[in-house]
Amino acid sequence: MIAAEGQSAPLLEVRGIDKSFPGVHALSNISFEVRAGEVHALLGENGAGKSTLIKIMSGVYRPDAGSILVEGRETRLAGPDDARRAGIATIYQELLLFPELSVAENIFLGHAPRAGGGRIDWRAMRAKAEALLASLEIDDLAADQIVGALTVGNRQRVEILRALSHDARILIMDEPTAALTEADVTRLFDIVRRLKARGVGVVYISHRLEEIFLIADRVTVLRDGAYVGRRQVAETSSAELVQMMVGRRIDNLFPKIVVPIGAPVLEARDVVRRPMTKGVSLTVRAGEIVGLAGLVGAGRSEFAQTVFGIAPAESGEIRLMGEAIRINSPESARAKGIAYVPEDRGVQGLVRPMSVLHNLSLAALGALSRVGFIDRLGERRLADTAIKRFSVKTSSLDEIAGRLSGGNQQKIVLGKWLANNPKLLILDEPTRGIDVGTKAEIHRLMCELAGAGVAILMISSELPEVLGMSDRVLVMREGRLVAEFDRAHATSEAVGAAMMGGEPNMEKAA
Amino acid sequence: MSATAALGATSARGWTLRRFASQEALLAVAVIGLAVVVGFINPRFLAYRNLADVLLGNAYIGIAAVGMSMVIISGNIDISVGALIGVLATVSGSLAVAGAPIVVCWLAPLILGVAVMAAQGAVVAYLRIPAIVVTLGMMSILRGGLISVTGGKWITDLPDTFHLADLNVLGAPMPVVIMVVATAVAALWMRYSPRGRSIYATGGNAEAARLCGVNPQRTVVMVFALHGLFAGAATLVYATQLRVIQSTTPSGLELTIITATVVGGVSILGGVGTVIGATLAAILIAEITSALVFINISPYWTDAVRGALIIATVIADIMRRQRRAARGWKK
Repeated sequence: MIAAEGQSAPLLEVRGIDKSFPGVHALSNISFEVRAGEVHALLGENGAGKSTLIKIMSGVYRPDAGSILVEGRETRLAGPDDARRAGIATIYQELLLFPELSVAENIFLGHAPRAGGGRIDWRAMRAKAEALLASLEIDDLAADQIVGALTVGNRQRVEILRALSHDARILIMDEPTAALTEADVTRLFDIVRRLKARGVGVVYISHRLEEIFLIADRVTVLRDGAYVGRRQVAETSSAELVQMMVGRRIDNLFPKIVVPIGAPVLEARDVVRRPMTKGVSLTVRAGEIVGLAGLVGAGRSEFAQTVFGIAPAESGEIRLMGEAIRINSPESARAKGIAYVPEDRGVQGLVRPMSVLHNLSLAALGALSRVGFIDRLGERRLADTAIKRFSVKTSSLDEIAGRLSGGNQQKIVLGKWLANNPKLLILDEPTRGIDVGTKAEIHRLMCELAGAGVAILMISSELPEVLGMSDRVLVMREGRLVAEFDRAHATSEAVGAAMMGGEPNMEKAA
Repeated sequence: MSATAALGATSARGWTLRRFASQEALLAVAVIGLAVVVGFINPRFLAYRNLADVLLGNAYIGIAAVGMSMVIISGNIDISVGALIGVLATVSGSLAVAGAPIVVCWLAPLILGVAVMAAQGAVVAYLRIPAIVVTLGMMSILRGGLISVTGGKWITDLPDTFHLADLNVLGAPMPVVIMVVATAVAALWMRYSPRGRSIYATGGNAEAARLCGVNPQRTVVMVFALHGLFAGAATLVYATQLRVIQSTTPSGLELTIITATVVGGVSILGGVGTVIGATLAAILIAEITSALVFINISPYWTDAVRGALIIATVIADIMRRQRRAARGWKK
C-alpha cells in the first residue's frame, strides 16, 4: 500500500469517540483515520454507527468524548462550517443541491468569486467551474446547465465539484452508489481514483462488498457502535468481512420457541408492484415466523406495504387463509386481519402528541364504538391489557406517547395492532434503534404470538435477529426473492452472501 | 410492571384534571379574575348590561372559534372565515329582504357555509395544496366578490322575524345559547367519538392515522365542512343582531378567531387542543377589549393587547413543551 504506516500524520483522525443518544449508545470508543491518497471504507450493518461516525467527522454531531485531529492537529468541529474550513467535505445520500440553479452557481454557492463592489463575478465563476470540470475530465456537463434537469450521477458529480471548490482534502461519501446506474458507478470510481492520485483522502461508506474490493485500500468494520476490526483490502475476503459485520451475539436475545406450524395464512403468488416489487411469491403459515432478509433498498418494505394495501399490487394473487382477496387500502387489509407495524414508528406508527390510551385504541376505534361514541371503559380495558401484556413503562395511560422512550413507543405501536387480534402480523424492522432489553422482550412476545397461531412475516436488516427468530429465512434482492433457507441451514455466511449477491448462483437450501 | 400499569389506570383521572387545569381552567380563572380586577377599578364594568353586551356581541366569535379549533387540530388553517361570514350575512339578509321564508334565511348560511368550506377542504385534501394558500385565495375571492356584487350597498329594512339573536330560550339570550350548545356538543364529539379522535390523529400524524384505517383526506374534508357549519351558525348570531348588514365584516375577524383558538390552547402545529379552550379564549379577548374602555385605555391598544396575548400564549406553550421534552430526554 502506498499510504504506508508511519508516514506523515493522517489527514483526518478520530480517537476514542463516544456518542450517546437518549436510550442508545451509538458509538463507544471508536478510532478511525484516513490518510492522503487513501480510500478507507467504513462497513457495518444498519445501526452499526457508520452514520453517526461520519456526522461526527463532518461536524454535524459533537462527540461526548474523544478527539478529532486534522493533519495531526487537534481540531474542534462545532458545526459543519468548521469541518468545511478544516478541508472536510461530506457527500450525503440525499444530495443537497439547489435544483433551480446552474451547475456553476451550485458549485460556488456561498463562496462565489467577487468583482468590485461585492457583485458576483459571473465570468470568473463560470471559468472556474469549467476548470474544475476539465480537471476531472467531465465532458458531458456544462457550467451553465440547470441542476434540476441532471441525472442523479451528474448531480453527484456537481456535489463532488463543490467539495473540490472548497479545496476539500478529505471527502466523506455516504453510500454514494445507492442510487446510481452501473455506468455512473464506473464513472464515480474513475473520479475517486483521480482524487486519490491528487492526495485526497476518501472515507467511503457502502453496503456493497464488491465495491469495497474495487475501490478501497483499507476497511474498518463497526458493529453495534463498537470497533470490530480493520483490514487491508488486499488481505481480506468478503467472507471474512461478512463474518465481522454480523458477528456472534448473545443467544438469549432470541428466545426462539419452536411451535407447531399450521395451515398457510398468507400466500402471495407473483405479486408485482413496480418499481420495487418485481414478482414475489411466498407463504407464511400459522405459528410460523418467516424472516425476510435483504439489503436496504431490496424491496422488502415495499412488498410488505403492498400486502398491507398501502401500495396495492398491480398483478399477482394474494390469498389469506386460503381465500383469494383484494387489498386496496390499509383499511381493507386491517378488516381482513392483517396488521403491519411499520419500520419508522415516528413517521408511520405513532401519533406522538396523542396519549398512550388514544394511540393504543386508534386501530380498534370501530370495534370500540357504540352508537357513534367510544366505549371509554372498554377503551381503557383494552389499553390496560395491552400495557400489561407488553410491559409498557408509562406513568399513566394519559401520558403523551411522544414522551416515552423509543422501546416503549415501539411496544405501543405493536400493542395498537394486536388489539385487533390479527391473523397475519407483518413487522418491519421491529427492533431497530431499541435497547437490548426491550429487544428481547419484543422477541419473546413474537414467540408468544406465534404460539397463539399468528403468522408473522418479519423484515429485518439485522442478520442475527433474522437467524435467531425465524423458522424460515427468505432473502430478497432487487425486488425479487433470491434464496430461501430453513432454520437449520440459515447461517450468517450463506444468508449474508445471498443478500449481497456475492454468490453467482441462486441458493436453494430449503 | 403490572404495578406501573395499575397505577396508570388509577391516576388517569387525576392526570386528566391536571391537563384540564393547564389551559381551560386557566382561561376560566382569567375570565373571572379580570372581571373582578376591572370591577374594582370601575364598578360599571360589572353592570349586567355591559357584561351582556360583551357576551352577546362576541358570541359569534366563540362559535366560529369552535370550527377553527377543529381545522387547526387537524393540521390545517383557514383564513377565509372572516370573509365567508360577511358573504353569508349578506346572503341571509338579502333573502330576508326579498321576502324568503324566514327558515330559508336561517338555513341558507349554514348550507352555503358547509358547501364553501367543504370545497376548500377537498382542494386541500385531494390536490394537496396547503390550506393557507387555498383559504387565502378564497378570502380574496369572497371579499372582492361581495363588494362587486353588492356595490358596497348596505342591507336595510330587515323584517323583524329575521332577528333570531333577539330571541330567548328559557330566559337565556339566543347567541349565548347557541354558543354554549355548539361548544358543548363539539367538545363531547371531539372527545368521545371515533371521528373526533380521527381529527386529532390526522393532525398529530396523518401517516400513522392512515395506517390505522383513518382516511386523512376524508377527515380533512369533514373538518372543513363542520367548520363551515359553525361559520354559518356564527353568521346567524352575528347578522341577526344587526339592523343594517354591511358588505364588510369587522376588520381582521379571521385573525380574532384564530387568536381565540391559539390562546385557547390549540397547537398551531395540529394534533393538540380543545374547543372549550377556544370559546373561553374568545370570551376573554372580548372581555379585555371592553375592559380597556372601562379603565380608560385607548381602544387603539386593543390590537396590541391581543397581539401580546397571542405571543404570550405561544411562548407559554413552547416553554411547556420544552420542559416536557427535557423531562422526556432524561428518562
